[in-house]
Amino acid sequence: MLSVKDLVVNYGAIQAIKKVNFEIHTGEIVTLIGANGAGKSTILHTISGIMRPVSGQVTYLDRQIQRVAAPKIVQAGISQVPEGRHIFPGLSVQENLQMGAFLRKDRRNIAQAYEDVYNYFPVLKQRRHQDAATLSGGEQQMLAMGRALMAKPKLMLLDEPSMGLAPIFINEIFDIIRAINAAGTTVLLIEQNANKALSIANRGYVLASGEIKLSGTGQELLANTAVQKAYLGG
Amino acid sequence: MQTFGQQLINGLSLGSIYALLALGYTMVYGIIKLINFAHGDIYMLGAFWGYYVINQLHFNFIWAMLSAIVFCAILGVIIEYFAYRPLRHSPRITALITAIGVSFLLENGMTYLFTANTRSFPQVIKTVTYHLGGLRISNIQLLILGTACLLMLLLELIIKRTKMGRAMRAVSVDPEAAQLVGINLNHTISFTFALGSAMAGAAGVLIGLYYNSIDPLMGMTPGIKAFVAAVIGGIGSVPGASVGGFLIGLLETGVQAIGLSAYKDAVVYFVLIVILLVLPAGIFGKKTKEKV
Ligand SMILES: Nc1ncnc2c1ncn2[C@@H]1O[C@H](COP(=O)(O)OP(=O)(O)OP(=O)(O)O)[C@@H](O)[C@H]1O
Ligand SMILES: [Mg+2]
Repeated sequence: MLSVKDLVVNYGAIQAIKKVNFEIHTGEIVTLIGANGAGKSTILHTISGIMRPVSGQVTYLDRQIQRVAAPKIVQAGISQVPEGRHIFPGLSVQENLQMGAFLRKDRRNIAQAYEDVYNYFPVLKQRRHQDAATLSGGEQQMLAMGRALMAKPKLMLLDEPSMGLAPIFINEIFDIIRAINAAGTTVLLIEQNANKALSIANRGYVLASGEIKLSGTGQELLANTAVQKAYLGG
Repeated sequence: MQTFGQQLINGLSLGSIYALLALGYTMVYGIIKLINFAHGDIYMLGAFWGYYVINQLHFNFIWAMLSAIVFCAILGVIIEYFAYRPLRHSPRITALITAIGVSFLLENGMTYLFTANTRSFPQVIKTVTYHLGGLRISNIQLLILGTACLLMLLLELIIKRTKMGRAMRAVSVDPEAAQLVGINLNHTISFTFALGSAMAGAAGVLIGLYYNSIDPLMGMTPGIKAFVAAVIGGIGSVPGASVGGFLIGLLETGVQAIGLSAYKDAVVYFVLIVILLVLPAGIFGKKTKEKV
């Protein structure tokens, strides 16, 4: 569905991503794990069209998208749940969800999209008229995911959804990611919580200093001693 | 009491013009965090546009107003495109200095083309003064107040109810998240400049009618006062800009009424300082509350 080939991305003179290659097949959950500053968010921003690569290709459904602008990427079916949630403060929960459907023209199906989101996250329905800024961290994460779902993505990019959350919330978020995937959305999951991420992923890649160091199925990587040392506290 | 009522009327008329101008400052600041120093000059160009279409093309008031709105909206979009867009990722001070440069360019360009002389604005509407229990109120004052309030209402509807308005609000709170939901940053910024400049154009025609005289430097002082109004209201806040504008208008006429005309500008700045000491974010400024 998506393949990244020889991707190089810079911040000014600093090379953040050095010839990265990976691919995601339709229906999979693929995870990209790596420490702080490895370049995970940079890759997501490049896929989303917020950053331009220096070289390399991003191919999505047989189309090269590395120079395509952000709105067109969303339109094509790739939605991102950014690191740190980035919900819209000052807008209600429902208005935040409405923003997620910004590009949709099929008004009738949008009502259904709200229902789907509220099914995944009942707490958002209770809080729908509340200012999004007053939600707890976990609820904000749910809202950010709900907002991305409102665009009816084929591919969902999640940037560290478990960051800063209590274990109970983390489990809930991972269950929902699995449910979203089961309902037909392909998932690229970025995590530092490698244990959790690898246990729900079909395949995973390990990123360090802007390069892919290892790849394999979720189980293979979980069993890998190098991965255990570096990311699983083993 | 009577003079108080009279000053209230005068202050509101003048204040509505400051409010229209302040809206442009606050919207542009809200969206790209730039103090658009050239904003007062767009208002000047709106007044000159009104002057020409009324004198040369014999437009009536409504058409002069509407065409000035369209002219200034386009001008605002062009200025953003050529002067500010290339600096989008530069340090803020660069854009700020550029805005001052654009302001000088417009002022001196107009002085070069039309001389620095003051011109009398054609009176398309004959002034009629009504007397209401000792108060004098002119049809021009009513027109200014009415038009300004109508435009502010329209703006409120655009911001609250339209898709572009929602895009503006989203970009002003979080440009990155806005892009991730599919909002086109460039279109939204252009649209904001168009709206803000349109309001300035309308204000230019209204002030022409009110004060009768226009000149290429007429945008400087009202521009600064409208900026002060936007800051007092809470820069970035749309209702704040309207309230701030009326406040400055009332203050200015009030100070004149008690015989301190010479100090009216000083008083405006004094109030700015006091308000910023008490409410650093302005009257409607939001205390940033975000959970991480
Ligand atoms: N705006 C920026 N300007 C300059 N360098 C940046 C910028 N953003 C990120 N970097 C650098 O690029 C590298 C990759 O950053 P990135 O945010 O992609 O890492 P990450 O893997 O997402 O880290 P984290 O887990 O902390 O979110 C880091 O070395 C970082 O310092
Ligand atoms: Mg990151």
